[in-house]
Amino acid sequence: MLIILGKKLVAAVLTLMAASVLIFAGTELLPGDLAGSILQNNATPETLAQLRLDLKLDQPATVRFMGWVEKLAHGDLGRSLTNDQDVATEIAPRLANTIFLATYAALVAVPLALGLGLITALYQGRWIDRIANVGSLMAISFPEYFLAYLLIKILAVDLGLLPSLANVAPDTELGPRLILTLLPMITLVLGTLAHMLRMTRTAVLSIMERPFIEMAILKGLPQWQIISRHALPNALAPIVSVIALNLGYLVVGVVVVETVFVYPGLGQLMVDAVGKHDVPVVQACGMIFATAFIGLNLLADMITIIANPRLRRQTQ
Amino acid sequence: MTNEMTGGSLESINRRNLLALGGGLLASGLPVIGSANASEITPRKGGTIRLGMAGGATSDSLNPVSYTDSVPIALGHGLFNALVECGPDNTPLPELAASFEARPGAREWVFNLRKDVTFSNGKTFGANDAIYSLNMHRGETRSGAATVMKNVADIKKSGDQQITISLRAADAEFPAVLTDYHLMMVPEGHSDWSKPIGTGPMVIDRFDPGVRAVLKRTRDYWKADRGFLDGAEITVIGDSSARLSALISGQIDAINRVDPKTVSLLARSPNHVVARSPAGWHPIIAMTCDRAPFDNPDFRQAMKYGIDRQQILKTLFSGLGSVGNDHPIAPSSPFFNKDLPQIAYDPDRAKSFLAKAGLSDMHVLMQTSDGAFNGAVDLATLYQASGVKAGLKIDVKREPADGFWTNVWLKGSCVVSYWGGRPSATQMLAVGYESGAPWNLSHYNDPRFDQVLNAARGEIDPEKRQPLIRDMQELISHNAGAVIPIFRDYLDGHHRKVGGITPHGLYDFCNGRILEKAWLGA
Repeated sequence: MLIILGKKLVAAVLTLMAASVLIFAGTELLPGDLAGSILQNNATPETLAQLRLDLKLDQPATVRFMGWVEKLAHGDLGRSLTNDQDVATEIAPRLANTIFLATYAALVAVPLALGLGLITALYQGRWIDRIANVGSLMAISFPEYFLAYLLIKILAVDLGLLPSLANVAPDTELGPRLILTLLPMITLVLGTLAHMLRMTRTAVLSIMERPFIEMAILKGLPQWQIISRHALPNALAPIVSVIALNLGYLVVGVVVVETVFVYPGLGQLMVDAVGKHDVPVVQACGMIFATAFIGLNLLADMITIIANPRLRRQTQ
Repeated sequence: MTNEMTGGSLESINRRNLLALGGGLLASGLPVIGSANASEITPRKGGTIRLGMAGGATSDSLNPVSYTDSVPIALGHGLFNALVECGPDNTPLPELAASFEARPGAREWVFNLRKDVTFSNGKTFGANDAIYSLNMHRGETRSGAATVMKNVADIKKSGDQQITISLRAADAEFPAVLTDYHLMMVPEGHSDWSKPIGTGPMVIDRFDPGVRAVLKRTRDYWKADRGFLDGAEITVIGDSSARLSALISGQIDAINRVDPKTVSLLARSPNHVVARSPAGWHPIIAMTCDRAPFDNPDFRQAMKYGIDRQQILKTLFSGLGSVGNDHPIAPSSPFFNKDLPQIAYDPDRAKSFLAKAGLSDMHVLMQTSDGAFNGAVDLATLYQASGVKAGLKIDVKREPADGFWTNVWLKGSCVVSYWGGRPSATQMLAVGYESGAPWNLSHYNDPRFDQVLNAARGEIDPEKRQPLIRDMQELISHNAGAVIPIFRDYLDGHHRKVGGITPHGLYDFCNGRILEKAWLGA
């Protein structure tokens, strides 16, 4: 098992390195250059030339890439090109906000999805199954910004129950923070629920047809016990991978939600940085997103391996 | 207009013509959409205003040399003062300079500074501070005001509270230059922009660039008729729907840049009003006069008659603006040439100009981009459609927003972009149309125009300057390669309890002065 885990770890590191090349190459492909997009219609040939020199844009891309990777390996994310701030200090509060919202949404979405998944499996074909299925499918079928605006329209504008701006400050306390981020949280939960719910339901149902479940039924165990003690552990692998995918999405895929609710997260920072061609910030955000995604998938793999007796006992 | 001014020594402006011009502006259009409120009549002290603003980025700084957009501009006016204020009709008004006058010939200007103003650190404002502050924008600097300050040859202290500025070339409207939002007064030697020190109504409490800013008032403001608020919270909201819903749901008291399409919705709300500011912002389709086919004057005329200005104003800006006449001076400007006949959509006339030019089959490549401004692509598409009836064959090329300002603007032969308004008419005409000017988008080169421009720059008497500025508008409208279909109004939306948000002929949120002008009613 350790060997399998080791292999996965090496693969993850290699993927991360490949991601770093892609991220750097991607930022190189952006049309126009930083100097031009900083100066906009204040640009003159002299100011452009001076700014390009200041920003070291005269060096070849490979030299800049190697320099970047070397610094990255030492944990130095570089300095922002637009405001000369340390990228790490600029990113830290934004990353904390992103992780807060992702955790908030995950803490609601994952138990809800698992619970509803089990209930719908238990009451397959009954009204609660249909409502949960249709409802979650509808929620996932709408584009996120539409859901977001719909929630704002109903809950914030018409009823005045919840704030439409999630403008948290670093010193906002937990209570107000939970309320300010309630609408973005609900949007994210609605966007991720269906995927996890349906996977739980399908996985549990497919296990339910297996002989050992029939055995359990014949033994006379109550159904909730069959599902929670026998079916769920065996159905865990696909469920965990889907949860990992969705957790990854909660970290990296929330740009639209952040924009609509004016939430100061990492996605907004990255979009801002792309607009200003602030390459170090874009690269740092890209690397954080890549690390989050790869890390969560690695974690899912590990849980799957540990949960599966056959993989666990494999010695080669 | 209630600023103290010292009597008759001013050659360039006086209170009477100033009031007359201001009155004209207010009478010319509907400044407020929605029902007005009692609280707008009597200012009230106290309260913290919550603003939702577009125009902020993580790259923002409080250093005045770096200002480019609405949020830093509003912050700058909350923290600092300038020597000269740009009045609602773009007339220069005294601010930290209590009075100013030109020596004959307009090559030397004397500014008498106020004696009784202190910075937020207690230091008294004086000539050395003014010189230091202005020099931040001269010579080797990345200041956005470097171009307008190029004409300054020297700044000398001519008294404890007096400075004399000598210019390389005459400029009768030089005080308008000093209204530039970059030219803020800071204490001599100040350079720590995380702790800005100014003479403005508020000080910064928290600044999180691109996200939020919190300001508070710590003392009585030196202007008795402004500075009512105790504090302000600015939230940067780039998305226009998010801005609007935050305003309607009551989380925000006032927003800038209301989407024209939603103005009628907002006006229906019993609690909200829209302040409408006719101003100088305009899109421009710049055709280079030295490249074929635009080097043919008849072809340029055909282009001018082949665009449906009314349709563009109605479709893209919900009619909230005015039709342009292919010169950069807006109808809201006191210097606007009213006698110049308006160019209208006339397909037959365009066709005859095309035939006269012998270019009936000519295809035109029009480059446009969302990076230029919101709606630039739609504008080109509407132009193309109206051109079909006029026999114009316009091919619209949509350029990527990224790199538009580097790769397309100033490079293409026919490009859609925009101009922000300028505080003085002469400045606007010079920056975009003087022969050889770096931003002369249409490569307009006309000795007659340059001659009139120089005459206007040296003419201190506004009565005599006016006809010269009108002549220049006529020259540009007839001869230059600029198609200027419309002028767009700035639209601010606010709750009825907010007072003091008044129309301004230059920029949104009272030309950035919302923090000193606004108040909160009960």
